[in-house]
Amino acid sequence: MHELSIAMSIVDLAEEYAAKEEAQRVLEMEIEVGELSGVVTEALDFAMEEAVAGTLCEKARWKIIPIPGEVRCRACGHVFPSDSLFSDCPRCGQAGVELVRGNEMRLRSILVE
Amino acid sequence: MCDTCGCGSEDEEVILRKPGKEGEHFHLEGEDHLHHHGEDLGQSHHHHHEAREIVVEQNVLSRNDLLAERNRGYFEARGVTAFNLVSSPGAGKTSLLEQTIRDLKEEKKFFVIEGDQQTMHDAERIDATGVPVIQINTGNGCHLDARMIHTAVKEMDIPEGAVLMIENVGNLVCPSLFDLGEHKRVVVISVPEGDDKPVKYPTMFRSSHLCIINKTDLLPYVDFDLEKVREYARQVNPEIEILELSVKTGEGMDRWYQWLRENS
Ligand SMILES: Nc1nc2c(ncn2[C@@H]2O[C@H](COP(=O)(O)OP(=O)(O)OP(=O)(O)O)[C@@H](O)[C@H]2O)c(=O)[nH]1
Ligand SMILES: [Mg+2]
Ligand SMILES: [Zn+2]
Ligand SMILES: [Zn+2]
Ligand SMILES: [Zn+2]
Ligand SMILES: [Zn+2]
Repeated sequence: MHELSIAMSIVDLAEEYAAKEEAQRVLEMEIEVGELSGVVTEALDFAMEEAVAGTLCEKARWKIIPIPGEVRCRACGHVFPSDSLFSDCPRCGQAGVELVRGNEMRLRSILVE
Repeated sequence: MCDTCGCGSEDEEVILRKPGKEGEHFHLEGEDHLHHHGEDLGQSHHHHHEAREIVVEQNVLSRNDLLAERNRGYFEARGVTAFNLVSSPGAGKTSLLEQTIRDLKEEKKFFVIEGDQQTMHDAERIDATGVPVIQINTGNGCHLDARMIHTAVKEMDIPEGAVLMIENVGNLVCPSLFDLGEHKRVVVISVPEGDDKPVKYPTMFRSSHLCIINKTDLLPYVDFDLEKVREYARQVNPEIEILELSVKTGEGMDRWYQWLRENS
């Protein structure tokens, strides 16, 4: 269950910000997860249910916002959308890309009261 | 339940121990672990009842990253070089460490941190080589994190110029996400695992400095294309260095030792 530690980190971070604002509880969390981050959204969703138990986030809803993957061809510099780091460049046909976007694991915002 | 401090189930909590002193164990330091359950918060003088948004915009693992930077600073100040060894279960991390320590211990001062979900087995193997070792049992946790290393290092008193070898929990997923404050990350794969590991676990290969292909003595018996692994690994990480060796026969170990000398 590899996503549990990520879920716990999200909850810890949300709690930290909520506590700083002297909030009573967290109502909502907006989480960004990149398609190339290695995190499986369904598994994270499942893990969150466990991670919120007994915390300020216990009653919170969360929204997981997928960030599409984007890569750059190392040979010709072409930037294109991709869900894999092993894709061939649609422009020059070469293999070998570097990540531009889609590695995110961020807590965007929380709603507290 | 552990008998020393009456702490909860040993299966779930992170416990650190030294071989020969199994009776004494210690837990993670609490300083960075925030678990507010709302009790004390209710007493605060201003109450806000209306819902409001807080913009966080933080990397989920920012706290681990911060602690890892602290570890790195501590190592640098002492001239200690730390290596983080990651692999699937059984690729040969402990075997590699045992052999390396036996061959180089006159030359370098080794300290070892062993990460496993359960048991002291790996720490006992390292203990037999005569160098200081701490076992971290992560319970259900599938990776080491910076706070565990911070706690273990405090118990070790590592001298100037030493080499700290951290053997992570056997797993190619989560350890790739958790920076420990190491100088170099070494991913070990072994011939029987197949040659598509870099494709299946690109994040790990992207974040490693060196890839060791172990168990080359088994090449005659397994379909394993060395060229293919090199190609895959360089596709995700053109900078990665690649070494082939067999801990069992000793073939290629000298190149690994040379790499260690150049990097510590
Ligand atoms: N044939 C062969 N076997 C090896 C070699 N290196 C290690 N092994 C064997 O592989 C098995 C696993 O080795 P370990 O060193 O325990 O592997 P590990 O990566 O530390 O395993 P975990 O800590 O459980 O993840 C043992 O039976 C070793 O004897 C090698 O070069 N060749
Ligand atoms: Mg081991
Ligand atoms: Zn995991
Ligand atoms: Zn926590
Ligand atoms: Zn191209
Ligand atoms: Zn205890």
